Amino acid sequence: MATTITMPQLGETVTEGTVERWLKKPGDAIDKYEAFVEVSTDKVNSEVPSPVTGTIREFLIAEGTTVATGTPIAIIDEVAVAGKSTNAEPAAASAPAPASTNGHSAATPAPVHAGAPEQALRGASPAVRRLAREHHIDVGAIRGTGANGRVTAEDVLAASRTAPARPASGTSTYGEPVPGTLIPLAGARRIIAERMVESKHAAPHAWSMVEADVTNAWKWRSREKDDFERETGYKLTLLPFFIRAVVESLGAFPLMNARFAAPPASSGQAGIYVEKDVNIGIAIGLATNLVVPVVKHADKLSIKGIAIASGELIDKARRNKLSADDLQGGTFTVNNNGANGSYASAPIINAGQAGIVTMEAIVKKPIVTEDDAIAIRHMMNVCLSLDHRVVDGYVASRFLTDLKRRLEAMGPAGVL
Amino acid sequence: MAVSASSKVMNNVETVRETLHEAMKNDDRTVILGEDVGDRGNVFLITKDFVKEFGPERVIDTPIAEASIVGIAVGMAMEGLRPIAEIQFADFIYPAFNQIVGEAAKTRYRSNGEYTCPLVIRTPYGGGVRGALSHSVSIEALFYHVPGLKIVAPAFPADVKGLLNAAIDDPDPVLFLEHKKTYRLIKGEVPGGHYTIPLGKADVKKAGTQLTVVSYGLYVHWALEAANQLETEGISVEVVDLRSIRPMDRGTILDSVRKTRKLLIVHEDNKFGGVGAEISAMVAEEALFDLDAPIRRHCAPDVPAMGYALPLEEEYMSSPAEMAEAMREMVRF
Repeated sequence: MATTITMPQLGETVTEGTVERWLKKPGDAIDKYEAFVEVSTDKVNSEVPSPVTGTIREFLIAEGTTVATGTPIAIIDEVAVAGKSTNAEPAAASAPAPASTNGHSAATPAPVHAGAPEQALRGASPAVRRLAREHHIDVGAIRGTGANGRVTAEDVLAASRTAPARPASGTSTYGEPVPGTLIPLAGARRIIAERMVESKHAAPHAWSMVEADVTNAWKWRSREKDDFERETGYKLTLLPFFIRAVVESLGAFPLMNARFAAPPASSGQAGIYVEKDVNIGIAIGLATNLVVPVVKHADKLSIKGIAIASGELIDKARRNKLSADDLQGGTFTVNNNGANGSYASAPIINAGQAGIVTMEAIVKKPIVTEDDAIAIRHMMNVCLSLDHRVVDGYVASRFLTDLKRRLEAMGPAGVL
Repeated sequence: MAVSASSKVMNNVETVRETLHEAMKNDDRTVILGEDVGDRGNVFLITKDFVKEFGPERVIDTPIAEASIVGIAVGMAMEGLRPIAEIQFADFIYPAFNQIVGEAAKTRYRSNGEYTCPLVIRTPYGGGVRGALSHSVSIEALFYHVPGLKIVAPAFPADVKGLLNAAIDDPDPVLFLEHKKTYRLIKGEVPGGHYTIPLGKADVKKAGTQLTVVSYGLYVHWALEAANQLETEGISVEVVDLRSIRPMDRGTILDSVRKTRKLLIVHEDNKFGGVGAEISAMVAEEALFDLDAPIRRHCAPDVPAMGYALPLEEEYMSSPAEMAEAMREMVRF
């Protein structure tokens, strides 16, 4: 029977494609999954495999022609494969499957038991699939005790009890570590490891800490948060307030917004490059890795502007939607380590920057005020790691004190 | 529900009678109306001697006119009485369809909350009693599509009392279905004193781990009989008695299915578009990834009615043995 091949959709937002080159001629035999056409779009060029095995009867459009996705482009006379049903519907040529972004392999269906009449039900049930995924069990490797050898949910649980599954190479999840197994170094984890070593080796880290009274900033934030969330959809944390203060302090101490250009620098000249822009990286810890998206030109943004920009980036990070551009161009980094309960930390500088500051946990403490009274205030430690090649304690400490002063001057009311 | 010292063993007919009698005694707004509820004392003798005690103004014999029975009761309810209308057999409820669906169920909505319709419509339903075409039907699926209507179908005497009291107290219309075959067959401990069981709460009648069986009415008893048989074979089945068909207790059903991972629904009504279809859809929507087997409905065949001839009636009705076999198949799957 004849199968009509349509222009595949090579990407979520792609609506048309151009036939660059036919890789076969009418009359040629073609195997399923064998490439038969090269298609280009404004995003990618791709060879497209045939969804069926057969003989090419006809090409319906000429090379160089652009058509909408779904438009018929070729007809293939399908060779009936024994035991395989044919499909009279137009088949979209199967686009190359995107590389799986899933951290672990999905459960494979249970083995086929030929000849059983209830073949339609032999597949892994939704519960089996879910449990197999959760317990890192390969369903294909289990003996099923259900009807016709079906692997049951209980079989998966039994398998997970008797032999903790060994994650197949490259398929482990950092998120659900299995004791006694090696998680292969791959992707983001490898890059993080390399960059941390690079920074810690190259940049002599020095460390300092101040304690800031953020009672009024906290009050201001509490006053604004409901309206802000209603208006923008993002939660208002203390982070944008903090970034605003950091940005102002960086303006006062431009050497903190700089980088050490070690010889041989790209310019061929060693030195300290003082950055023109103020782009603040926000360290965001995810279950499996760490990303540092960048609020560009943070010095040009109000607290509200920073809140929206950072809210957007955090949201994208959690949905794994950050673009390369979102991650580039940082000149200084802020880490809200206090969100995880930390009270003080010694962060590693993001390589190519002069420093990194952390916001630590906000703790209510009895404080002796200037007029010798005791008051309960919201206190927060601010920690700084600096590249001692770029600045010394003299600048760094004054920068920190300046930051503390600005934080303490914020609120309890104002315009975001 | 606290079992008081005055609890006693009763069958479902006695329980309905006693509960109605209490309601008549406790609240003189309560009115019973229907065919043969007065002098005859109802065809199952549920309201026997009520008319002597409460008089013909509160125990009203009506003509054979179901639309009027419910229509009058709707008016009574809207104007402050607490009518309990009886349709002598559920098979004859159709003339009152408009009064139930078009009027009673919509009163609160239509009047923007100014009027409610605190009406109970009691009716015996169900087969297995050689009732043939006109004394065997299940009507729940015809009504459970309708928002604004509550439907109750208890299986046990203690539930009958608590749910009938709740139905009478409820400010909106409740269709109260009494399975005929359980009337005198099923006996059970019924607590004394006034108590209610919330409408819309299912009850796990038997706990189990390998399969959830959801049912209501007579079939709860048969499902329990089958499940107890399977217990001797080492198979553990949980039996959920819906008690209320609408509102449906999604939580109890989902909790059970999430535990056992398999769901069998058994009901006497036809399969197509039946109550089981809604339960099945709900579980598929809410708990797909907990399911280890396709949901199965063990229900009546899609034939127009239950035949009179015994083989036809038996073919239509399930049995504890058939249910046990369906359960075994599900557990083996």
